[in-house]
Amino acid sequence: MTTVDVVLWTVLPYVALTVFVVGHVWRWRVDQFGWTTRTTQVLESRWLRLGSPLFHIGILMAIAGHAMGLLVPKTWTEAVGVSEHTYHVMALAGGVAAAVLVVVGLVLLLLRRVVNGRVRRTTNRMDKALYLVLTAVITFGVVGTVGRNLLGGGYDYRETIAVWFRGVFWFHPRPELMVDVPLVFQLHALSALVLFAMWPFTRLVHVWSVPLAYLCRPYVVYRRRRPRTARLGAAAVSAPAAGVSGGRGHRPPRGPSFR
Amino acid sequence: MRVMAQVAMVMNLDKCIGCHTCSVTCKQTWTNREGVEYVWFNNVETKPGIGYPKRYEDQERWHGGWVLDRHGRLRLRSGGRTRRLLSLFANPDLPTLDDYYEPASYDYDTLITAPAGAHTPVARPKSALTGEDMAITWGPNWEDDLGGAPEHAPADPNLAGLTERVRFEFERTFMFHLPRICEHCLNPACVSACPSGAMYKRAEDGVVLVDQDRCRGWRMCVSGCPYKKVYVNHRTGKAEKCTFCFPRLEAGQPTVCAETCPGRLRYLGLVLYDADAVLAAASTPDPADLLEAQRNVFLDPEDPEVRSAALSVGIPEDWLDAARRSPVYKLICRYRIALPLHPEYRTMPMVWYVPPLSPVLDVVSERGGDSADPDDVFHAIRDLRIPVEYLASLLSAGDSEVVAGVLMKLAAMRGYMRARSLDGSVAEDLLAATGMSEVDMEEMYRLLAVAKYQDRYVIPAAHQETAAALSSQNMGCGLDVDGGPGMGGGDFPLTGVRADGRIGLPLFVRNEGRTS
Repeated sequence: MTTVDVVLWTVLPYVALTVFVVGHVWRWRVDQFGWTTRTTQVLESRWLRLGSPLFHIGILMAIAGHAMGLLVPKTWTEAVGVSEHTYHVMALAGGVAAAVLVVVGLVLLLLRRVVNGRVRRTTNRMDKALYLVLTAVITFGVVGTVGRNLLGGGYDYRETIAVWFRGVFWFHPRPELMVDVPLVFQLHALSALVLFAMWPFTRLVHVWSVPLAYLCRPYVVYRRRRPRTARLGAAAVSAPAAGVSGGRGHRPPRGPSFR
Repeated sequence: MRVMAQVAMVMNLDKCIGCHTCSVTCKQTWTNREGVEYVWFNNVETKPGIGYPKRYEDQERWHGGWVLDRHGRLRLRSGGRTRRLLSLFANPDLPTLDDYYEPASYDYDTLITAPAGAHTPVARPKSALTGEDMAITWGPNWEDDLGGAPEHAPADPNLAGLTERVRFEFERTFMFHLPRICEHCLNPACVSACPSGAMYKRAEDGVVLVDQDRCRGWRMCVSGCPYKKVYVNHRTGKAEKCTFCFPRLEAGQPTVCAETCPGRLRYLGLVLYDADAVLAAASTPDPADLLEAQRNVFLDPEDPEVRSAALSVGIPEDWLDAARRSPVYKLICRYRIALPLHPEYRTMPMVWYVPPLSPVLDVVSERGGDSADPDDVFHAIRDLRIPVEYLASLLSAGDSEVVAGVLMKLAAMRGYMRARSLDGSVAEDLLAATGMSEVDMEEMYRLLAVAKYQDRYVIPAAHQETAAALSSQNMGCGLDVDGGPGMGGGDFPLTGVRADGRIGLPLFVRNEGRTS
């Protein structure tokens, strides 16, 4: 194991994760206005309506697959009676399906971005860097899944990559596990680290804004113009200036508004 | 009873000459920025016509507004909450810019920089989206004064339910102008469709706004609004809409569109309403009953019970006085001549319209009648199905009787005032026909015809004691920085706290020039 290995598999992951966390805190604090999907559907809808759901559903499947493969130790699945072969077949089936969706979706969306002049013009440098890295991550991942595990002899990443990955989070880095991993998986992991480091500075932040709260919110949202800071007395507890009020249905907030 | 106050507008369509001053002044004030070139918070349509964006009234296509489900409960036409979240990746009901129009500017620079040549240089139209040469084939008022109507206007969704075919030959057709802004609905579909909770209705005055800092660009408001009055800023990727010029309202001034209207056709004032009754009213089974249901949601500001209930929830005295003098309340509830635009969308819109009598008067004159004689006009209103049915499909969910009643009232007012001015006589028969008193008739005339500034706009200023809060909110408004949202210049230190105390970064790069 050389210094390069330590830099790649111990230093880099921590740098990337630190940038990921600190970057998100900074962006959230500083740039609520820029925190958006940057939708381009008004500029071009036909390709997007095909490509975007394919890509997003495929990516969600891939994320679920990664969570299973990387976070669940092999001993656990074996303990519940899932043999290595069964696991391999399951992971491969899901992985190939996700790969097809992601690749088709990504190709459609990238083509759209290049071919359609309106969308091309809204693409800034950060977007371009993001698409480059994202394409790299996906390409290495797909080549690894399809090339190595489906067509090739197969590679049991749960003995090496997964253990290394979990080690990073336990603050027990084990870079030696990654040294003999096939190149394509190494590249997949490295490009993913770069992606994590870029994440907070790109439009990817929209991932954290999945509006699940919408499912249980009253339809009509009312807000008071006036911050409800009591001006008199000890009860001066300040509330957010423009908080969303609760209540059901069409109920506006209670309480005096003008005094 | 939960009393709330709402600033509302009425437009008297008979007075609209289609000059677009409101649109232009609004655009200069609010949407003269990159990303919203195609956006008109206020636009003026010629009706019949397909409108802006194209055929926006076709809810079979766009799925805007509300419908009643099998159990008679209100549901957004585009589907329930889960369905909406599932369509986040691609909104099936979102219009594209081609449904509005591709904004363009002219390459005027060529006119002065072109080298000497045999031909006069020409300023070519360039797309504001791509910078490429383009042919201008549509615009926000492409159908102005029925331009191209024989070709386009038959596609107007309002014509679908008419019993007679509308003719678009020059001599046989009719037209009027329809200025449109956001309706600031009591039951807003855009707010209800916003997954982020970024859109809200102000509790004090009912203005519907988008919180630019909380909008995440899911674009459900655009498709949710049946009037298509929420727009995507294609540069910031966030929603923007008519603000009802809230900074002006707070200062007691009318909106820019109202202030600058040369025809003086807009009225602004308060309406008190019972917020607890909105949901039930919007769920009225028969669309034809929605108009009356909405009128019943409004509360009489003279009623002592209403006043005490309003005071108890903190609506101040001067607001209640303004509500009593409100021209909007008078036109809607007392004279009952103002009607809501497409009540069948069930959003309970708060910009209402006095239907135009002019299409009927034109036909009376054309048939050799006397357009000043109420009897001739009454007969025309009764006989002519086309203008009345058309107006009904626009303003009363298809109920022609309602529109005919309003038009007759307007015709009666003309006849009554004509007699009063000519020989001072009082036309008792016209008063009896409309069921109005002499005082009411003349007050209505003054409000509609004389239309003094202080009678048209009765807007109580926001309260002094809230001034600090208001200014802090103004600072939070993303629209007032240099060049608009995200395009302000200036230094942005790493903490993001600017000299004015706001927090923010310029995210959007102008054509790859500046970094984010």
